[in-house]
Amino acid sequence: MEIPYAVKPRPDTGLYNAKVGIWLFLASEVMLFGALFSSYILLRVGAPEGTWPHHWLNVSLGFCNTLVLIASSMTVVLSWAALKMGKFNVYKITQGITLLCALIFLCIKSYEYRDKFHHYEITLKDGRIADGHIQPAETTTNTVVIEGRWVKSHADLMEGTQAPGEKIEIERKDIAEMGNYGPWHNTYTAIYFTLTGLHALHVIGGAFVIFMIWGPLAGVYKTDPERYINRVEVSGLFWHFVDLVWIFLFPVLYLL
Amino acid sequence: MSETHEHSIEDAKKHIRTYLIIGFALMCGTAMTVWASYINFGSREINIAIALLIATVKSSLVAGFFMHLISERKMIYSVLAVTVFFFVALMALTVWSMDRGSIIHYQ
Repeated sequence: MEIPYAVKPRPDTGLYNAKVGIWLFLASEVMLFGALFSSYILLRVGAPEGTWPHHWLNVSLGFCNTLVLIASSMTVVLSWAALKMGKFNVYKITQGITLLCALIFLCIKSYEYRDKFHHYEITLKDGRIADGHIQPAETTTNTVVIEGRWVKSHADLMEGTQAPGEKIEIERKDIAEMGNYGPWHNTYTAIYFTLTGLHALHVIGGAFVIFMIWGPLAGVYKTDPERYINRVEVSGLFWHFVDLVWIFLFPVLYLL
Repeated sequence: MSETHEHSIEDAKKHIRTYLIIGFALMCGTAMTVWASYINFGSREINIAIALLIATVKSSLVAGFFMHLISERKMIYSVLAVTVFFFVALMALTVWSMDRGSIIHYQ
């Protein structure tokens, strides 16, 4: 059985069905991320004065990732235009760069996540607080070694720093509480991991679909080029949406 | 080669120029967002408004040119109109829920 209007536009909508489908899907995605942005606003406005962190994330890495996603959005449309001009080889190269950009984005994101999971806040029994990155090679069963700083209170931690700190050795018997900056750390890290984690899943999903069309399913271009170009366009629309979400995530989480 | 096909190639070439210009504009916009975040505009609210304004302009460029919304079919606009309505309603409800003006304080 042949699926109708997979290539040719439907007379009433003027569009092939996959395009209507992807826009309906993107509409639902807008509401999904909208609900999470709404949660972010409520959490942030509801946070008591001086308890919302600033500059906990590395702006340079976020900036790089934004440029990488913008570059990938450019290569997606350029690859579509190349197919429209019948230049399949150019399409292969530009879409290959898209996949490379997706990989770079995920590598940088993973590095940022790793940084948060190695970042510890340690409260000592005498009330002092040490904050910094754990040094696994030097940490033993009796001693914890971090590279960071001493602070007087939690309020001092709300302004993050990217500057390298001093080496601090703490006896485990002196520690009252110790925890890393994972999603469980506070409200900010919870919403940060939720928003960027969901976005990263979209990057993985989008890159997978683009890879399948680019690689294993590339033969369709020879048998049914119009259908193939439509597939590239639809996957591209999803990719641009992923870029669009990040355009808001970057200032909201990294800068404000 | 047919005239229509040649026309389509010409269109694609014109698109490529546009895509490159928009891409460059988006990168400049990103740099501007970072720059603006380090400037004190008087209050944190103004800084937030400026960052969100730049993000809105950037996302409009992506939606308009990369996603071809500036020349899309009516059907797509109808779908998006409903989405925009519900998205704005969601944000309005969020902002409304934070309004403390209607609370009356008694001594």
